[in-house]
Amino acid sequence: MMTQLEERQTIKGAVQVEGLSVTFRNRSHETHVLDSIQLGVNPGEFVCLLGPSGCGKSTLLNVVAGFIKPTAGYVMVDQSPITRPGADRGFVFQQYSLLPWKTAFQNIELGLKIRGMPRAERTELVNDYLNRVGLYKYRNRYPHQLSGGMQQRASIVRALVNSPSVLLMDEPFAALDAQTRHLMQELLLDIWEDLKTTVIFVTHDIEEAIFLGDRICIMGVQPGHIKAELPIDLRRPRHFDDTLSTEFVTLHRQVFECIREETMKSMELSF
Amino acid sequence: MAVSVPRSGYPRWLGQMADGLSSLFFSNRSARRLLSLVLFFGIWQILCEISFDFFINFQFVPSPVEVLKATLTFFTEDPWVHFRSSINRVLWGYAVASGIGVLLGVVIGWFAVAEDLLLPPLELLRPIPAVAWIPLAILMFPNAESGMIYITFVGAFFPVLISTINGVESTLSDTVLIRVGQCLGAKPWHIFKDIVVPGSLPSIANGLVIGMGNAWFCLVTAEILAGRYGVGYITWESYVTSNYPPIVMGMLMIGLMGAFSSWVVSRAMELLMPWRVIKKQGTA
Repeated sequence: MMTQLEERQTIKGAVQVEGLSVTFRNRSHETHVLDSIQLGVNPGEFVCLLGPSGCGKSTLLNVVAGFIKPTAGYVMVDQSPITRPGADRGFVFQQYSLLPWKTAFQNIELGLKIRGMPRAERTELVNDYLNRVGLYKYRNRYPHQLSGGMQQRASIVRALVNSPSVLLMDEPFAALDAQTRHLMQELLLDIWEDLKTTVIFVTHDIEEAIFLGDRICIMGVQPGHIKAELPIDLRRPRHFDDTLSTEFVTLHRQVFECIREETMKSMELSF
Repeated sequence: MAVSVPRSGYPRWLGQMADGLSSLFFSNRSARRLLSLVLFFGIWQILCEISFDFFINFQFVPSPVEVLKATLTFFTEDPWVHFRSSINRVLWGYAVASGIGVLLGVVIGWFAVAEDLLLPPLELLRPIPAVAWIPLAILMFPNAESGMIYITFVGAFFPVLISTINGVESTLSDTVLIRVGQCLGAKPWHIFKDIVVPGSLPSIANGLVIGMGNAWFCLVTAEILAGRYGVGYITWESYVTSNYPPIVMGMLMIGLMGAFSSWVVSRAMELLMPWRVIKKQGTA
């Protein structure tokens, strides 16, 4: 029987956030954004960080990515502490973030090229992924010639093609229309079922969090903290019909009530 | 339902012709550009004909027709030696300026040390107009030719330098693009090559186009140093001898060559940036 620690060492994609605090300082004042965050994510788990704007959920994700340095505490991925960004943590941005001067293919290829993978090998791999998300036909198009949904599909694949231990997603579907968003959620789950990469997914959309996650961490404001954790035991694979089930609606109400209080607190801040 | 009824008082063909003309000029962009030039020269000719004199005096301004006559005379004598000399000076000055300008701009934009060590003297030299360099150009350079090339260089160099620095800095300030590179495992070299250089290309192109125009802009100044040949030299020489139509001819030729070479540079840069789409108001 292996201990929990040994098990983490053998499987890729365990994230451990310990006593993490982030304070932004400028000349006049300090903003306490995150306060002693404690979070463990198991390999292959899909965790959603859910909270109102200003709860620091994106900041937390940026610390895991290595974009922001914590004021206190640390983040470990597979037992090694995070000090800077790296290809082991794929990131999908909220904004359209494909490099405008590269075609869809070239954008997705970039990480492999940087790593020094031979051309033939990476072309095959990139084409596989492009096929998987229905973009093969559009591989030679520049980002401005792609729709928002296509651009985000390419962004997801750009991160996944490097086989990261963890996929970090910062409200990746927030800018899409509702129809496209639902399809993208289903597509993401479909790919994730295959790859079983650990995913940390930031969103403010309750339905999205329940539909996607194995577990939801609900975050509170002033300063940002994890207020509650909720396992989502809905059967997988999930389909969009499931959002109409009694189970789903019950969960939705439960999360809604928990988050409402925080939203009200965060709104008072701006009045 | 469309019924064509002749407009009262006008024959039908006149209305159709007017419609044809207006649709030609307002829907076709090349025709619109041609119209703009025709209007420019037409208004100029009229102002000269009526000897317009209200604050600005057109009595002594050569009219387009006079300028055209001077141009025909100029072309009957050997004009190519003048063109060759001027084009040579401008292209050499421009080539050196764009090479050094882009290189220094990229280095200054990318490395803080380079910015600290190189930028202060360059900023000090930047506001100095080309004409102020004439005495030093005579003193510093072994011959008039290199002095003239230096003056066109001065004109082209600073727009290229400043635009390149700005391009690199604004790309570096785009947090998302830089982060995209970082989380793909990019080392500084990759970020430079795959993100910063293409990201600053539009701004560099802008500097190269302005620099091209500025090199021509400085040609008359440069060719004050010339002994015999050059379009700028003719312009300056005609002023000294009070022969006005060739002055305007020289001005227009410089304008024409400047506009043409800037257009060539901007087309070439567009080809380097196939990812860019520019959609203006009023285009289909």
